[in-house]
Amino acid sequence: MIGALAGATPRRVVVTGLGMVSPLGVGVDTTWSRLIAGQSGIGSIKCFDASDLPAQVAGEVPEGPTDEGKLTLAEWVPVKDQKKMDRFIHLGMVAAIQAVTDSGWVPETEEDRCATGVMIGSGIGGLQTIYEASLTVSSGRARRLSPFFIPSALINLISGHVSIRYGFKGPNHSAVTACATGVHAIGDAARLIALGDANVMVAGGAEAAVCELGIGGFCAARALSTEFNATPERASRPWDRDRDGFVMGEGAGVVVLEEYEHAKRRGAKIYGEIVGYGMSGDAHHITAPAEGHEGAFRAMKNALRDGGVDVSDIDYVNAHGTSTMADDLELDAVERLFGDHGSKIAMSSTKSAIGHLLGAAGAVEAIFSMLAIRDNVAPPTLNLDNPARESRIDRVAHEAQRRPIRMALSNSFGFGGTNACLIVRGAP
Amino acid sequence: MSEIADKVKKIVVEHLGVEESKVTPDASFIDDLGADSLDTVELVMAFEEAFSVEIPEDAAEKISTVKDAIDYIEKQKAA
Repeated sequence: MIGALAGATPRRVVVTGLGMVSPLGVGVDTTWSRLIAGQSGIGSIKCFDASDLPAQVAGEVPEGPTDEGKLTLAEWVPVKDQKKMDRFIHLGMVAAIQAVTDSGWVPETEEDRCATGVMIGSGIGGLQTIYEASLTVSSGRARRLSPFFIPSALINLISGHVSIRYGFKGPNHSAVTACATGVHAIGDAARLIALGDANVMVAGGAEAAVCELGIGGFCAARALSTEFNATPERASRPWDRDRDGFVMGEGAGVVVLEEYEHAKRRGAKIYGEIVGYGMSGDAHHITAPAEGHEGAFRAMKNALRDGGVDVSDIDYVNAHGTSTMADDLELDAVERLFGDHGSKIAMSSTKSAIGHLLGAAGAVEAIFSMLAIRDNVAPPTLNLDNPARESRIDRVAHEAQRRPIRMALSNSFGFGGTNACLIVRGAP
Repeated sequence: MSEIADKVKKIVVEHLGVEESKVTPDASFIDDLGADSLDTVELVMAFEEAFSVEIPEDAAEKISTVKDAIDYIEKQKAA
């Protein structure tokens, strides 16, 4: 029951389309089946020479034939339009096209088009584009900047391009909250539907910051793993005692959200329902979480309250779990929230397989949470060889687990001390 | 066809992603070749770069067809 605090009677919001591109491949089924099989999408950085940097591993989207689950961009975005978009927009488009196609939603009337909106965000936006443009300026050629420079770097331009492609004339918006972007986009978009601003929203996040500026910048913040350059697949190891920083990934996750009655009326396939959405701010530090991750605790609690959900209803938690020191703080907060029920849940970090997709992470992980419910399977936490500390919570080390999953909680926390949590359940 | 005309055609094909056969002298960038106003700005910049000429804004505004571009560049090169 999204929007319970608003006073109005909120409408129910369901998910009717999914789209994804990740280091494990192009397509939701491709990524999900490889994830469940325990495969890793992490490798040595290919798109630039990282030998001068302390971190040399990342999760890059594999290029290649579509039928192998790889990316052939020209099959998604016409070549002449590609130069008008940074890679984060390319990836956002690939996921959005999948999600819209999957939903089968084609608004036939002007009224329907105006009730269909887009809210796809990014944590960082067109970093490589900005880098290249700055080289033009620094060589004294500011007058030679491309007219497409600004629109290819702007974060809200995924939403713009999706609306133009499909004629979706409803709310056109974008979330930008670092690594919490994906959850904020889906949660806020669900609220727009719940409160009547739209009947259908295409929502999610995209990121393509695996570039020299992105890797170098996070290296400077001492945030990335540097000890596993020779064994990339071992680098992302949430909760493990040898973890030493996150591994950056690129990709996008997009969902089609729809008002429940609207979806029922048109006989749409329904993956699940957005049950609760909670947010908070740490008011503590620009990059470090507060003691006991109390901001995360409050965000999770707010999501429970929003959905009228008890912790005993939840069987799976997709953790933020970035493979940094903060993992154990999140674990503290989840243990405290779930109490005795903690021994009955599974919690995993899918970042162990695909890395941290920053602004796309929350959207991709919300999709994983929905698929975990659909298939009754908890995806694994790879590389959790020696937990830094024991816990009553099963963190699904190494291998996926078949277990009944009624509801799932997905956590995302971002720099600046921003926290966002979603609770989803299966089709009503 | 002149060398300049050939090169202009090639740049148009490349930047607008259109088939070469459509790039006739009378083809309008916007009306016939699917360009928008930003595409034409970029196209003019590409001509400047390729032919080492400067095309001032008021002149650029008058270049709306393939022939306009060829004529302008040929005149500059002849001067």
